[in-house]
Amino acid sequence: MSGLTALRKLDRRWIFLAVGLLVVVPLAVGIHIAPVQPSARARGFYDAIEKVPAGSTVLLAGDYDPSTVAENYPMHLAAARHLMRRNIKIVGLALYPGGPPLTDQVLRIAGGEYGKKEGVDYVNLGYKAGNELVMSQMGSSIPRTFPVDRRGIPVSQIPVMRGVQNYANFPLLVNISAGYPGTKEWVQQVVSRYHLPMVAGVTAVSAPEYYPYLQAGQLKGLLGGMAGGAEYEVLIQKPALATRGMDAQSLAHLFIAFMILLGNLAFLGEDKERRR
Amino acid sequence: MHLSTLPGVWISALLTLGIFSFLYKDNPVYKFCEHLFVGISAGYWVVLTYYGTIKPNLVDPLFGVPFTFDRHLLLVMPLLLSLFLFSRFFPRGDWLSRWPIAMVLGVYPALRITGFAQSDLVQQINGSILPFWVAGNAYASFNNILLVLGLLATLVFFFFSTEHKGAIGGIAKVGIYFLMVSFGASYGYTVMARVSLLIGRVMFLLDSWLGVVRF
Repeated sequence: MSGLTALRKLDRRWIFLAVGLLVVVPLAVGIHIAPVQPSARARGFYDAIEKVPAGSTVLLAGDYDPSTVAENYPMHLAAARHLMRRNIKIVGLALYPGGPPLTDQVLRIAGGEYGKKEGVDYVNLGYKAGNELVMSQMGSSIPRTFPVDRRGIPVSQIPVMRGVQNYANFPLLVNISAGYPGTKEWVQQVVSRYHLPMVAGVTAVSAPEYYPYLQAGQLKGLLGGMAGGAEYEVLIQKPALATRGMDAQSLAHLFIAFMILLGNLAFLGEDKERRR
Repeated sequence: MHLSTLPGVWISALLTLGIFSFLYKDNPVYKFCEHLFVGISAGYWVVLTYYGTIKPNLVDPLFGVPFTFDRHLLLVMPLLLSLFLFSRFFPRGDWLSRWPIAMVLGVYPALRITGFAQSDLVQQINGSILPFWVAGNAYASFNNILLVLGLLATLVFFFFSTEHKGAIGGIAKVGIYFLMVSFGASYGYTVMARVSLLIGRVMFLLDSWLGVVRF
């Protein structure tokens, strides 16, 4: 039995240990392998927000919950920071029941950094059950779909909601999505019907599903997973959680790619021995 | 190193380590954490659904405002339909559950078909009609050609009305290669997602729990 075929008998726990160390050590020590280079997809996301005139109001849908915080939260926070830095008002909402506290946190952190006031510069409308039905109803009337914000204040008394009736009042939809309901549904229900320009930050698992939308111009930009978040943080010149995780991510990826190669070589070796 | 003094952080950190212990081998600590997670998740979703959906959409508007026939009728109807769903537990009345299911099945496909046809069919066809030659941009030209060839080859692979032999078989094989590349990209993204979740947990352990690094 050659060395490569012996690899097939390797206890998988050694691989777990190696991946664990490759993640823990760079995070604990702060190793820097290579700078993060923004992709065209992340640049599209950034440019779409840059094109929104200051003083406008943007719809920010944070459709995720604590299970995907590691991927979605950094891009959500970065988007809120970017919007507020550009003096763009935010109407936040969530179609995930566990989403509103995360939107609250993101808006409060970014609002605190840029001196923005809740109700005046941003609002969190909270969660509404109904998935696509909510999206569709918002096309008719947002105040009827969300009569009160997350704090229970009627939207008619919230300054940032003045003049906001439906999608026609937004120049851009920013969606941070973990799955269903999320980017796919916003594209199907809102982009195709109301022609509202949209950018999306999504979990890595779901990202390949949205490339066709990006290619067809239905999405102006796309952030895929933690790497997409890191690219965007670099573009807004505010490195944060995603950027700090990139070195650990790169090392783990290199190791996994190496193990896949090694595993295939071992398989080929065993196949050859069997034929003999 | 500034070890956290918050009980919540300690509970969270120990449960994370308990779940990770499965990587070594199945053990009672892992089982305890797993069962705790399942139980708490179920309870969490019940509370979240009640306070996030049932209370604001049904209980508050039904009992929190003075009675008006029109308004309350609109709320009683969905309440009744929701209750009908539970009729499945009673064999003699289980036919009642078909009404709310029929309503859901009627509304959702209607809503989704229109959006899907626009975004995933018409817009996608539109997005794949591309020029093979983009003046002054060889990279874009190459990408457009590759996309259209890949699309056609993959469509041929899924064309089952004729046997995949000869030219059709050759093109279908090219389609398989394009599919393999897309599966590889999906797998790569899946690896990234899982590693990201691990990074998120390690950041929590190093920062919030141990206080070794501040992220």
